[in-house]
Amino acid sequence: MSLTINDVKRIAHLARIEVSETEAEATLVKLTGILGLIEEMQAIDTRGIAPMSHSQDVVQRLRADVVTSGNQREYFQKIAPAVEDGLYLVPKVIE
Amino acid sequence: MQWEVVIGLETHTQLKTNTKIFSGASIKYGAEPNTQADEVSIALPGVLPVLNAEAVRCAIKFGLAVNAEIAPRSIFARKNYFYPDLPKGYQISQYELPVVGKGSLTVQVGDQEKTVRITRAHLEEDAGKSVHGAQEGMSGIDLNRAGTPLLEIVTEPDMRSAAEAVAYAKKLHELVQWIDICDGNMQEGSFRCDVNVSVRPKGTEKLGTRREIKNLNSFKFMQQAIEYETQWQIDTLEDGGTIQQATVLFNPETGETRAMRSKEEANDYLYFPDPDLLPLAISQADINAVKATMPELPEAMKSRFEQQYGLPAYDAAAITASKPMADYFVSTIQAFGGEAKQASNWVMGSLSAKLNEAGLEVINSPVSAQALAGLLKRIADNTISGKMAKDVFEAMWAGEGDADDIIAKKGLKQVSDSGAIEAIVDQVLAANAVMVAEYKAGKEKAFNGLVGQCMKASQGKANPAQVNEILKKKLA
Repeated sequence: MSLTINDVKRIAHLARIEVSETEAEATLVKLTGILGLIEEMQAIDTRGIAPMSHSQDVVQRLRADVVTSGNQREYFQKIAPAVEDGLYLVPKVIE
Repeated sequence: MQWEVVIGLETHTQLKTNTKIFSGASIKYGAEPNTQADEVSIALPGVLPVLNAEAVRCAIKFGLAVNAEIAPRSIFARKNYFYPDLPKGYQISQYELPVVGKGSLTVQVGDQEKTVRITRAHLEEDAGKSVHGAQEGMSGIDLNRAGTPLLEIVTEPDMRSAAEAVAYAKKLHELVQWIDICDGNMQEGSFRCDVNVSVRPKGTEKLGTRREIKNLNSFKFMQQAIEYETQWQIDTLEDGGTIQQATVLFNPETGETRAMRSKEEANDYLYFPDPDLLPLAISQADINAVKATMPELPEAMKSRFEQQYGLPAYDAAAITASKPMADYFVSTIQAFGGEAKQASNWVMGSLSAKLNEAGLEVINSPVSAQALAGLLKRIADNTISGKMAKDVFEAMWAGEGDADDIIAKKGLKQVSDSGAIEAIVDQVLAANAVMVAEYKAGKEKAFNGLVGQCMKASQGKANPAQVNEILKKKLA
């Protein structure tokens, strides 16, 4: 599978990363290299092997449904760039 | 051309837990902004999610309630997108291996039964809320809701009309409350539906392009939105246009749906397994433990009511439409001790009508189950007629006391003394010679007129069955 420069730009857009034309070209070369490695791995016969979802073969431990944290708003909002009436302020979002 | 609408639903039910799905912050509704947003909710670097056991129990309960497969092993995935109310830049959800697999829910649509297949139900976290107009050019973000546990319930595209979709949504709404996993509060957003609508020429198999109506939080709006959207798609196609896959919003003021943004491809979310969360394992023992705490389900209760109380299927379905209604009925029957059909008639009839009219839930009924049973006893022992009972019920609803008080106060006791009734009948026959003659000439209707006259003469107090009987005897 080979990528095009448009694929790179689309992925960058989805990740909200700004890439210049030169950066996109360089990224294309790197990503193509990674895909090459993946192609090599895909040549291995994995039939009958269940895919792993985690690198460790253990399962999730659950937490009891008990409130353990209280109001820490003041503490957290000390490092926020802008707050008002308890809300975090961000540049206006338009739908 | 004849068109057919095809509808599937995705419902977000907020689970009835104390804390968030991945952290110990409270999820109580209505708190001051960001006072329930802990380090996990606001996504400080380095924090890790820990799954809430109660959210898992809720998912298992739901799976059991819709006869679904419960995955012995399910995994959490990251759904990546950018929005300020999603501070991590991804939502933790389930993608490939959801906790609840295929199941089904049977709903009553008019007098038809319809089975809707459930594709899956998965656990996920809710996002925060954006508050607009806080400051010029800015949006305010409240992350109290971020991390609230949701179970997203997805159906197959099995519904063929707005009525079917609404019937399914209502049934699901009752079910999640019945099994106590969701408070069902639609105003507070605890139960939100996204509806996928497409149309195709009737008789064809291939699905049309769908548009998704987002965030419907009332059944009335759902009905209106689906009807509008269906007609819009048909009109567009008949005018030679094509449907673009899109997300649309319903505007309750205009009754119209409007495209919000072109629907991004599913793989734009770049789903991948969340390395912060290990697979969730659910054993048969876990399932059995939850099963032991499950209430009797509506379907089972319906069959039991048919057998135990001899109720017709229609009555049993109506009574078990909601848990509070079923509880009310059982309390009535227990206090009444008489014929169950009589109780179901009153619960489904006068009581439901009054509740609807007043916009009240049955738990807030001014006439308690015990009070209604008191009224039923007086009907059963012939103290009052069914017609008088309606008046007594009205008075009970208005808070004038219990049935016996009202009957005594209004002097409503039915006259069942056959001597007294005979006297009335004689009097009426003597005064209405014309009607008597008409009846004897074969005019059946005249008989009803005579019954009416007797009831009137007794001020409505004569036992109508006895009046009928005595009149017939005297006219024979």
